[in-house]
Amino acid sequence: MQTAPTPKSNTLPGPDDITRVKLDNGIIVLARPNFNSESVVISGFLANGALLDPDEKLGLAHFSALGLMRGTTGRKFQQIYDALESVGASLGFGAGQHTTSFSGRALAEDLPLLLDLLSETAREPAFPPDQIERLRDQLLTGLAIRAQDTGDMASLAFDRLVFAGHPYSRPEDGYTETIQAIRQEDLVEYHRQAYGPRGMVIVVVGAVQPLEAVAQVQRAFGAWRNPAQLDLPVLPQLNPMERTITDQLDIPGKSQADLVMGVVGPSRRSPDFMAASLGNNILGQFGMMGRIGDVVREQSGLAYYAYTSLNAGQGPGSWEVSAGVNPANLQKTIDLIRMEIGRFVREPVTEQELADSQANFIGRLPLSLESNNGMANAILNLERFDLGLDYYRRYVGLVRSVTPEEVLEVARRYLDPERLAIASAGPQSS
Amino acid sequence: MNNSITKVQLSNGLTVLLKEIHTAPIVSHWIWYRVGSRNEQPGITGASHWVEHMQFKGTKQFPAGVLDKAISREGGTWNAFTYLDWTTFFETMPADKIDLALRLEADRMVGSQFNPNEVSSERTVIISEREGNENEPLFRLGEVVQAEAFSQHPYRHEIIGEMADLRSMQRDDLYQHYRRHYVPNNAVQAIAGDFDKEAMLRRVRELYEGLQPGNLIHTQMPVEPLQDKEKRLVVNGPGETTYLQFAYRAPAASAEDFFPFTVLDSLLTGPTGLNMFGGGGVSNKTSRLYRALVERELAISVSGGLQATIDPFLYDITITVHPRSSTDEVISAVDREIEKLQTEKVTEDEVKRATKQARAMFAYGSENITNQAFWMGYSEMFATYDWFVRYIEQLARVRPEDVQRIAQNYLKPISRIIGTYLPDKSTEASHADGPNA
Repeated sequence: MQTAPTPKSNTLPGPDDITRVKLDNGIIVLARPNFNSESVVISGFLANGALLDPDEKLGLAHFSALGLMRGTTGRKFQQIYDALESVGASLGFGAGQHTTSFSGRALAEDLPLLLDLLSETAREPAFPPDQIERLRDQLLTGLAIRAQDTGDMASLAFDRLVFAGHPYSRPEDGYTETIQAIRQEDLVEYHRQAYGPRGMVIVVVGAVQPLEAVAQVQRAFGAWRNPAQLDLPVLPQLNPMERTITDQLDIPGKSQADLVMGVVGPSRRSPDFMAASLGNNILGQFGMMGRIGDVVREQSGLAYYAYTSLNAGQGPGSWEVSAGVNPANLQKTIDLIRMEIGRFVREPVTEQELADSQANFIGRLPLSLESNNGMANAILNLERFDLGLDYYRRYVGLVRSVTPEEVLEVARRYLDPERLAIASAGPQSS
Repeated sequence: MNNSITKVQLSNGLTVLLKEIHTAPIVSHWIWYRVGSRNEQPGITGASHWVEHMQFKGTKQFPAGVLDKAISREGGTWNAFTYLDWTTFFETMPADKIDLALRLEADRMVGSQFNPNEVSSERTVIISEREGNENEPLFRLGEVVQAEAFSQHPYRHEIIGEMADLRSMQRDDLYQHYRRHYVPNNAVQAIAGDFDKEAMLRRVRELYEGLQPGNLIHTQMPVEPLQDKEKRLVVNGPGETTYLQFAYRAPAASAEDFFPFTVLDSLLTGPTGLNMFGGGGVSNKTSRLYRALVERELAISVSGGLQATIDPFLYDITITVHPRSSTDEVISAVDREIEKLQTEKVTEDEVKRATKQARAMFAYGSENITNQAFWMGYSEMFATYDWFVRYIEQLARVRPEDVQRIAQNYLKPISRIIGTYLPDKSTEASHADGPNA
């Protein structure tokens, strides 16, 4: 086998140094070497997720994903974790709306072990009843803690407002009563129907030759077939908000309230994405949390954090502002943020602001690709959103081509200070 | 990972550590000051953390709001942290832009203005930060456990400070704290990444060697008396979940006992990740306490942690109690496991396993230049860089009898605090978590 050198430090990943192979059963394998450290990372997803969950058993995909590692037909729970922890390796699964993700890391010498465990847990989980009941207790305690977390609760309420009538309004980890309703047989059945090689993607980055990585994945997963594998349902249309809607959850005994407000945002594949992303950076990220951080934190001293995020995935995304404030300052903070959103859709960002954020995006790219994990997730996104293997080589041009007018146009397409979802959770103002 | 570095002390006392790494066109620059909550007296608790915030509020050369933007504009990431023993500021940037970080840190080492209006607006920001912390049951529990664990030593205070002090501290209290501790002879500069060592050192000298050293006043830290009786306390608060925290006095990081204690912690509660930046730890499902508590439905989760500190701090074990269990059952089970460590020697294999775990975590950490620069400065705060370089070797030398001795000497019931966070059902949230809530 040829020895591929570690790519030069100043080259961004591209078609000439990412190996991409489709196995006979449909699994896509991507690999890129990095011999600067003796470690290796795997990252990927399977094509099943919370979109398949029935309402009354919401959390089924999540429960199943976490149940995979609780025992397989060949190994008990303790044997799985003994194999991993003895060599300082880690492996985990988690379900989103469209996909069930997995990630793991190990010393390169232990990659075969890591792939064996990934294959065994994904393909042959046993969902042992005692382990499943223990996991259920852990999930329920997690939900009880979530119910006390002002940030989580504000975020849940926001999703219910902004995605009303759409599956994205439902949390992937479910609710107390839906987790209680899930039976062990449901997990077995979910796995039988939803897990399969079709749509699976796996990225391997680290101290292993790419062709060797592909061979190892082939050995672990090449024989997997599941003719019964379900397709994900088609997403329904999301109805736009017609006016501002608010929801204020009371969580007594806390010191601080969390606020999440915003709108539906572009999907990751939308042509609006890059302009929205740069606009978002100006609005609530750049420097000390952008314009919103400047007004809410720096000028008014109202909050330790006040920032925006653009969450763009397969379907409609969200464009949101988050802040943690004393409940007495909640309304004042909402008003300030609304004013900033108003300014953002009224007038274009300045040339300087845009140039700053463009330089920020371009300059930080190598930082985000520095670790194996950063690189693996970047390559995974290329595949997930069909960006093309040359995306990071084209990135500078894509960023630089955005104009202030485009940012304004995209901002106006999504943001409207008179039509916001505004959710908060915390103690009532005394 | 190649661990060789250059260490130089400038004529004004600034310690400079340099490490060339040419794997990516990136440089990470850190300035560490030997000041943290350890250096605060009652009345000014939280001053170190507040001063850290004020370092972003402007100098003549980089006025408020300019400095953070200047770094971001060049594609850098930056942040700052205040801890018990230290305060640190870092910038990781494209290699050809790193000069900005060097200039900026030299400037704010001496030139921060502490404008009274900025102090006043930052007061409410920090109070808001503290209120956010208070929302977390484990912050509230940890704060009282820490206060109970120390009667003399300043480690008794949370880093963010007492709310009363945050309300009353004045601009001059902060400015004096700044001037006293932010001096080159109280600082360590750590730079790692894609640069030429000689050129970098020349530039460091140009920018830093002219800064005046300060008159460092050596304060004798009060020696915390050994605890002779177990203490228990209860915090009530909202929620449904009960938490337990055990706190034992731990050795200082520079003490020989620190390494066998690390192995003990790894066996008892799982290996602790070493990588503050770019880490990712290892799970703890085969640890003794996970098996004794979680696998017997006594707890939902367990974690433990040993901190690398100048003076002896705390070894803590934090447990989320199972809703169908009780704190008494959990405490008895923990006691049984600790007793086992005290009476039965662990196996050679268990010690070897802890070393292999550490080796893997070192490899993960070395993928990332920011993390490598972090360790250069961090290890100097409580020991020397050599401490970090010899970490795995030191773990490998630990013998089963060392682990037993640590358990016998440090994990005595009389020398611990047990704190319980007990949910106060009367304040149960008025909403359900259901879809129609």
